Amino acid sequence: MIQEDVPASGTTAAPSAERAEVVRVENLHKSFGSLEVLKGISFTAQEGDVIAIIGGSGSGKSTLLRCINMLEHPTAGSVSVHGETIAMKSDGDGGLVPADRRQVQRIRTRLAMVFQSFNLWQHMTLLGNVIEVPVHVLGVPKGEAVERARALLDRVGLSDKEDVYPAFLSGGQQQRAAIARALAIQPEVMLFDEPTSALDPELVGEVLSVIRDLAHERRTMVLVTHEMSFAREVASHIIFLADGEIEEEGQPEAIFDNPKSERLQKFIGSIQ
Amino acid sequence: MREDNAEAVHAMADIIDPQKDKAAKSENWLKPHRIVLLLLAALMVALMAFNMRWDWLPLYWTEMLGGLWVTLALLVSSSILGFAMAVPLGLAQVSGPAPLAWAARGFCTMIRGTPLLLQLWLLYYGLGSLFPQIPWIRGSFIWPYLREAWPYALASLTISFAGYEGEVMRGALAGVPKGELEAARAYGMSRFTVLRRIWLPRAIQRALPTLNGEIVLQLKATPLVATITVIDLYAVISDVRQDTYIIYEPLLFLAFIYLCLTGLLVAGFRYLENRIPTRGV
Repeated sequence: MIQEDVPASGTTAAPSAERAEVVRVENLHKSFGSLEVLKGISFTAQEGDVIAIIGGSGSGKSTLLRCINMLEHPTAGSVSVHGETIAMKSDGDGGLVPADRRQVQRIRTRLAMVFQSFNLWQHMTLLGNVIEVPVHVLGVPKGEAVERARALLDRVGLSDKEDVYPAFLSGGQQQRAAIARALAIQPEVMLFDEPTSALDPELVGEVLSVIRDLAHERRTMVLVTHEMSFAREVASHIIFLADGEIEEEGQPEAIFDNPKSERLQKFIGSIQ
Repeated sequence: MREDNAEAVHAMADIIDPQKDKAAKSENWLKPHRIVLLLLAALMVALMAFNMRWDWLPLYWTEMLGGLWVTLALLVSSSILGFAMAVPLGLAQVSGPAPLAWAARGFCTMIRGTPLLLQLWLLYYGLGSLFPQIPWIRGSFIWPYLREAWPYALASLTISFAGYEGEVMRGALAGVPKGELEAARAYGMSRFTVLRRIWLPRAIQRALPTLNGEIVLQLKATPLVATITVIDLYAVISDVRQDTYIIYEPLLFLAFIYLCLTGLLVAGFRYLENRIPTRGV
């Protein structure tokens, strides 16, 4: 059942001077009923890559991101993190489900997701939110977790809010706290799912500046976004999705200044 | 409608600046119509104290304390045990496999659809008269308990509370925002950790105001146990009335005690609710 011999592990095992491969997505398909949302997506993220996934609404951007940490189960294809392929088995209905729940849980602790609607735990203070996973999933001693959490909250500009409950904060503050929560697990990859789409326009900047700092640190990130100028500024690689397929990908300059496909030209024309 | 709004604004102010609100509250007492009502209340209490018979009170102190103890013990233990049953009942309905969900829904419907008095009598007169006919039960160590009335009282109060609270917890569990549970899963929590750290605490927080009301109702359901010979506060007061032929005063006193207990419960829950401030919910 467990498919350890998926091609992914073969290609990544070879030592090379290149940066290590952190995420590999291979031939990913996803259908909701008869609607095929992803039609065979493959890409890799190497250490330090900032990959921005852009595309119109309904192009499958978020679904693709959510397949990486198995919040959505792909219908076919595979996902590997640091060369470890997530084992899948048939769900008996034409799709796949993870074969080993513990493996998925373990891999998820290395991938930190930042959601469009923040999804902070409302019954905990900001400090509680940030130490929750280190203490209760990773087994970090509480004192140590608190110390690190304070440093992270300070970093995102919320050091004076550690005892505040999320509901009393603005969207921008909540999203920055959510980024601190993500950093607290010392992730290998950060997944951003439209992190600024639910924010009032005047709050977008503060969140983007935090993400920009992370990009400058050369953290590995996969970012689904509608902020085109931001994607162009921070991304090392851009993937343009259309109708569940990668229509075009490449360096930001090539994508934005010299789009080849007609759909990308149209898309870029429509947002300018 | 307007008053509702004012109330809401008031509640907000409470969160933002409790100091200011406290001052506003003490001012409120000084409005003329309030003073008149307070004086009327004081007059009524004085009339009751001086014109009615309270000489029986000192004679029955110990019995009443005993009755109060039984009432409180039944309330607390049936609420705790009932709530412990309610959590799995709610969970089964929200996310259990279909047969379990049906069973849980069936249980809640049955309990909520029949009078507590009936359940109490069915357990006490039904099961209670069945047990002595089974030899191995008569021989076992639980027999001394099963001969008493209170286990049946506790059992029926417990399943009744479980039935109502199972329904409350179903709603509360289903109402926890999906995104928060998704975040918990996305960070590698196991199902049990999600339940223990996020889902259940969040659901209980949402259910607290309802639970408060339900426990007050449970308190006022306890006098029914007097019908199966458990000597709770109500039973003691009934004895007082039969012994002394005083009709109203013991009942008034009983009402006063239940009111005080309700006040304590409400205050206790308000404290719990305020430990986690919420906004706009």
